[in-house]
Amino acid sequence: MSEHENDVSSRGLSSLDRSNLDLETPEKPYLDSNELIINMGPQHPATHGVLRVILKLDGEKVLGTECVIGYLHRGVEKIAENRTYTMFNPYVDRMDYVAAVSNGLGYCEAVEKLLNVEAPPRAKYIRVILTELNRIASHQLWLGTHALDIGAMTPLFYTFRDREEILKIFERYCGARLTTHAFRIGGCQYETYAGFEKEVKNFLAFFPPKIDEYEALLTGNRIWLERTKNVGVISGADAIALGVTGPVLRASGVKWDLRKAQPYAAYSEFDFEIPIGENGDTYDRYMVRMVEMRQSLRIIEQAVNGIPEGPIMGKVPKVIKPPVGEIYHSIEAPKGELGYFIVSDGSTQPYRIRVRPPSFVNLQALDIMVRGLLVADVVAVIGTLDIVLGEVDR
Amino acid sequence: MPNFIMSYLGSSVTPGEAGNQFWALMYVLIIFAGVSVAVMAMNWLERKALAHFQIRLGPMRVGPHGLLQPIADALKLMLKEDIIPAEADQFVFWVAPLIGLLASFTVYTVIPFGPSQAVSDMNIGILFMLGVSSLGVLGIVVAGWASNSHYPLIGALRSSAQMVSYEVAMGLAVVAAILMTSMKTGTGTLSMIGIVQSQQQQGIWFIFKFFPLGLIAFVIFAIAMIAETNRAPFDMAEAESELTAGYHTEYSGLRWSLFMLAEYAAMIAVSSIAVTLWLGGWMRPFPNLLHAPAWDFIFSFFPGLTFLALAAIALIGTARMPSHSFFRIQRIGLAVFAALLGFIALLLLVIAVAGRSADASLAARFNEGIGYVYWFVLKVAVFMYLFIWYRATWPRYRFDQLMKIGWKVMLPISLGVLMVTAIVGVLVK
Amino acid sequence: MAPVATPWFFYVLAGLAVASGVAVITRRNAVHAALALIVTLLSVAGLYLMLYAPFVAGVQIIVYAGGIMVLFLFVIMLVNIERSSKERRYNRMWPVGLVAACALMGLFMTAFTKGRSLFPDRMISLPESSNTQQIAGMLYGEAGQMGQYTFAFEIASLLLLVAILGAVIMTKKKI
Repeated sequence: MSEHENDVSSRGLSSLDRSNLDLETPEKPYLDSNELIINMGPQHPATHGVLRVILKLDGEKVLGTECVIGYLHRGVEKIAENRTYTMFNPYVDRMDYVAAVSNGLGYCEAVEKLLNVEAPPRAKYIRVILTELNRIASHQLWLGTHALDIGAMTPLFYTFRDREEILKIFERYCGARLTTHAFRIGGCQYETYAGFEKEVKNFLAFFPPKIDEYEALLTGNRIWLERTKNVGVISGADAIALGVTGPVLRASGVKWDLRKAQPYAAYSEFDFEIPIGENGDTYDRYMVRMVEMRQSLRIIEQAVNGIPEGPIMGKVPKVIKPPVGEIYHSIEAPKGELGYFIVSDGSTQPYRIRVRPPSFVNLQALDIMVRGLLVADVVAVIGTLDIVLGEVDR
Repeated sequence: MPNFIMSYLGSSVTPGEAGNQFWALMYVLIIFAGVSVAVMAMNWLERKALAHFQIRLGPMRVGPHGLLQPIADALKLMLKEDIIPAEADQFVFWVAPLIGLLASFTVYTVIPFGPSQAVSDMNIGILFMLGVSSLGVLGIVVAGWASNSHYPLIGALRSSAQMVSYEVAMGLAVVAAILMTSMKTGTGTLSMIGIVQSQQQQGIWFIFKFFPLGLIAFVIFAIAMIAETNRAPFDMAEAESELTAGYHTEYSGLRWSLFMLAEYAAMIAVSSIAVTLWLGGWMRPFPNLLHAPAWDFIFSFFPGLTFLALAAIALIGTARMPSHSFFRIQRIGLAVFAALLGFIALLLLVIAVAGRSADASLAARFNEGIGYVYWFVLKVAVFMYLFIWYRATWPRYRFDQLMKIGWKVMLPISLGVLMVTAIVGVLVK
Repeated sequence: MAPVATPWFFYVLAGLAVASGVAVITRRNAVHAALALIVTLLSVAGLYLMLYAPFVAGVQIIVYAGGIMVLFLFVIMLVNIERSSKERRYNRMWPVGLVAACALMGLFMTAFTKGRSLFPDRMISLPESSNTQQIAGMLYGEAGQMGQYTFAFEIASLLLLVAILGAVIMTKKKI
């Protein structure tokens, strides 16, 4: 064990050898050996789902981690091989159940690309509005649970209360709050209900003071700063090497957002900014997400003020049989780059759908981020990565 | 016999000084009952206040507005199965909550609710309080050990390390306040009643004395007392989302409720120390500045008015209850509670009016005594609310940050305050 | 202040002290022994109270029961002493111990009977408030002059400081 120890702490990205972590508790008396293997979860109040993290500790310091996932694996990708493209649409929501609308957007756009069909402009605007609302809702859930892990109980209730307004809009639009199935291949199925613009505009007026409220509780608070500054640092180079995307990447200083880099839906028509952090610590990730919420409000405002008239569904055949081929299409989901790789063999059912979930790839960064931190910080870092096990395990 | 009772009511010394065992026993029983009721009320207040901070309502069903919730909780805990870990040390497992309870409750012997309203005014009052509350650490350490499991042991050792570290800063802040008692007369005093009386003589609450020294000492004590009682933001050792479980993990049912009782009693006890040392104890606001009997009369209405306000709030609650038949019993219950509060308010107002004259009649003495207890309890209640407020608002410190603050920030500042207070005291003389 | 039921309290406290002292040395479990030691220390604090030395009693509780015993318990718990001791319960040298204890008792009895004239034969009623002031006077001096033991007190506190620093330096892994 000792020969591997130095390697583990000095090598940057190497994964732990399974034989290295001897998972039985050592027989030596407690004080003599400094190393300890601790198991967190899968049932744990702070792992945001069924995530099992095995920590190797030296006293209080974390030497390395290993994540055991798969407790929520439902075989979604295998199911896709036996469903038609339209039938598979509702399954997609269940992966990242917090940001279901984004999942639907990515899938629909990927299939549309395969079919070489474009959604009409009005549908694109509706898609953007709902996706950005979902981004705000996802970030709110993240904020509440992250603050709760660090010990502040109250922001959870505030964010959930304010999230209700968004969920009400979703419910009025498509009938569901969480797993919305909002979009269809080729556009949207439902026309915006009467009063949709008014309610969205009300939300735009209602929400900025709420963000100020959350920031008043947390941003300047000394305890929050001490718990989040310089905790879980990942450099930009490491983040790119691991394939980390989303706010985690942007907080490390890399200016990469798919909405600007490879625009999809109607994003190229809107004017918004991409927040970037400097240090890549937990505090920067927190600030990046807070600013993203405000920028989402900007996008929604521009979209809602300029929804074009027209059809909401493009020219899509009744039976969707894409030509033989494959496609990879990714969007900027609230948690990072959500990608769909679809292989079609010409029939009504896809040959293979592979989902690139952002949380799955971001979770790899956990190991790097918690090296040298104390055990209490592990919980904070898991929270700051904003993982949803539904999408990690699929 | 009635003469015996009446003879005590007229005395101006504590039962300890008068050597009166019967009254000492009565005081002890009253304090014990009072603290138990206070802990239950604190439990209710914590749940309701936390809920209102978090935009929810808290318990509403058990009794009107959840007023009977603590009783329901106590019943549930008593009826729970008493689980003892198989390998645990039976005797030590049984004794651990008792040590904590003893330490928390013995402290109440010297807490002064008035100039003669304490069980015993020991000459070393404050020293006794600090010493006995440090015995509470033993209860925690032993509880963690007795559970025979890694994680409670680590949690217990952490809790006790935290308490011991902050006791140092607490003690130094207390010494800074004790220094101030010797300013006017030349001899200081360690007795709790003596400390409040010296504040009265010097005409200033010690929190304002030698501004800002008294304030800094008070703030240090206020922060240290939160860490002493393992409350947020210093509650890492017992937080649910952490890996190391708290020292009371293996305890269930009545044993756990004893720990909770000890924790809340300790909170009230350290708040009483803070109130006695810095905030003037039982004295009403401005006792020297507004000294006329007219002012005394006006201030003597406060207890009655407080209860009247509480009764009014309860009445408003009754009026706002939904008029569905499901709520009939709750409505009646709340109305009875409002009536009870109103009755107490009426009684207090009558005593205030009857005790107007400054002679030694029974009503006047009652009036005075009630006034002292009221102001003391009001100040302690403010601290209790602050405890709850801190828990609702702030995240918690990581354990090493906590210890760093205790040793590297609190200790130097309290040493500095002590030295500067001593120097200023000598210079001012 | 007239003392209350003094002989009764004395016998209770002294009996408690002796009984828990015996428990300290006969208990097999180290934690039980430590708890018994705490009871002993608290009874001794009560005895100090009866001797009109409240300050010493208070300091005994704070320092001994609240500080030193907590340290003892920390060490016992961290070093994970096996619950049932694997050694023989009573040492093989117990006759020598018995003889030494009897000799000590004989010494005490001799001192008590022969040196009876040294002990005061009636209780000196000291005013209770003077204990703290007297100790303060001896340690810090009063009325503008240095106390009897001020210098020794300061040297002792320096010694404690050196001990604390030494402990920190010896146990820190890297400086």
